[in-house]
Amino acid sequence: MAKALSLHNGVYLIIALALIIFPFVTESRTWTILLTQIFIFAILAMSYDLLLGYTGIVSFGHAMFFGIGAYSTGIFLKSFEPTLLYFILSIACGMVLAAIVSFFVGILTLRLKSHYFAMLTLALSGLFLVAAEKWRTLTYGNDGFTFRAPEIFQDRLVFYLVALGCLLASFVFLKRFVSSPMGRVLISLRENESRTASLGFKTLHYKVIASVAAGVIASLAGSLYAISLRFVNTSVMTMDITLDALLMTIIGGVGTLIGPILGAGVIELAQHYLSGLARENPIFERWIILFGILYILAVIFFPRGIAGGIQSLYLKLRGKKVGVHRSLKKRVVKS
Amino acid sequence: MTFMQTKDLTIQFGGHTAVDHVSFTLPEKQFKSVIGPNGAGKTTFFNLLSGELKPTKGEIFYKGESLRGVSAVDRTRLGIGRSYQITNVFPNLTVFENVRLAVQSKSKIRYPFWKSAHSYHELAEETHELLKQVLLDNKAQLFASQLSHGEKRKLEIAMLLALDTEVLLLDEPTAGMSLEEVPAILNVIHSIKEQGTKTILLIEHKMDMILDLSDSIMVLFNGKLLADGTPGEIMENETVQQAYLGGY
Repeated sequence: MAKALSLHNGVYLIIALALIIFPFVTESRTWTILLTQIFIFAILAMSYDLLLGYTGIVSFGHAMFFGIGAYSTGIFLKSFEPTLLYFILSIACGMVLAAIVSFFVGILTLRLKSHYFAMLTLALSGLFLVAAEKWRTLTYGNDGFTFRAPEIFQDRLVFYLVALGCLLASFVFLKRFVSSPMGRVLISLRENESRTASLGFKTLHYKVIASVAAGVIASLAGSLYAISLRFVNTSVMTMDITLDALLMTIIGGVGTLIGPILGAGVIELAQHYLSGLARENPIFERWIILFGILYILAVIFFPRGIAGGIQSLYLKLRGKKVGVHRSLKKRVVKS
Repeated sequence: MTFMQTKDLTIQFGGHTAVDHVSFTLPEKQFKSVIGPNGAGKTTFFNLLSGELKPTKGEIFYKGESLRGVSAVDRTRLGIGRSYQITNVFPNLTVFENVRLAVQSKSKIRYPFWKSAHSYHELAEETHELLKQVLLDNKAQLFASQLSHGEKRKLEIAMLLALDTEVLLLDEPTAGMSLEEVPAILNVIHSIKEQGTKTILLIEHKMDMILDLSDSIMVLFNGKLLADGTPGEIMENETVQQAYLGGY
């Protein structure tokens, strides 16, 4: 087991080093920007995986926290000097706000059963979206606003490294979180909530903690996203963001953490290349339809996602019987 | 002070009274069995004791304190643990992890979020001991879903023992097991009883097992307490003979 773990860690380390070195060996600005975008969405997808994959919570309101982070950074940097200090403060402010909001949303909603909870998170997310549209003095509504990023981020390479650093830090944090005694209880909750309660664990506490942790990390992704665009509007709080996170998690593999990173990569690259193909053939102008087909096929043929599929294959090759995560399978199909 | 008792415990579902004014006492470290035909309200009675259902009327007392308003989670923490009639384990977790979670709960290691769960060696050791006790130590790394029915029942008991609660509510631990599998469970229950540290309430249909293990027996029939006494008294009770035992 220890050998397998160190092998995992070794692979992760090599990938991380390759990603650090990558922008120094290529001059492609497109790739640097694309990878930065992947890192940001990978953070969001990992935070969603903590809810869906590890705790069994299907939330349709995750964009709320992404939006809080994006607006926090946008408003801070527009209102004050666009310095590194204010950028860091804006991230901290976004995280604290996301923690407060996710705590209260969690307390209010997590007592409900899964589908009622999902619907209520959708409604609350809609409420935040409307609030962002109407509070024009602060958010400039749907038109949004531009702002200046700290000067250091004028160099895309620096921002690439910052986004990668945040991704690695989030990954390490979440990895430790889900491997801890608290994380093990979250997994048992996903498997059988009433049984977890009968073991003496207060399930609501754990669900709220998972919700707060996921909200805080989603807010970090939102802050980075705002910097990458130097623009914020209400699109950061729309359902599309939540769906992106959901699909990245499912395609990559729920309950794996590494899966959502792969999912973010696949989806961002597919979006980039499929939309680019529109220049070649008009059929690709409707690339979103092809995308839909890709999702359906992935859910049918790879219910455990890319990472889950690789894990199954690896265990099969080693001659071990793979336990089928039926509960996860069901959730994926439902989603 | 009675260790555990109920007074007029009643629960109604619409017009149906599943448990009807049941008053019983359970002295400390006694082994009591609950018998009765299917639908007599035995599991519902357990659900009331463990806090999974709220009574329509009546009270439950544990060590002299009323359990009114005490949640199922808090009852476990107070010392009332239960196993389930229908196997209720975490199927996609390993056998080891199923028991380790219960040990973790008993050890009050609930909210650490940084240190790896594997680094708590004392939990792992205790888990292995419990798995040995129920003869599942050689299956520790299998998923619970890969166990046979009998092994799952043993796993349930290991999880219950891991909680180290003073009261064990065992709901038909041999239900659905083949004749070959029963002795293994029986041995486990025997060894728990012989340790003399637990107060046990057992629901079963196997009369040989009940007579062998019980200090006292209570009989439920249509939700009502029909009789409560020593095994000898129950066997000689004519009403019980007519209603349930049928000349056993």
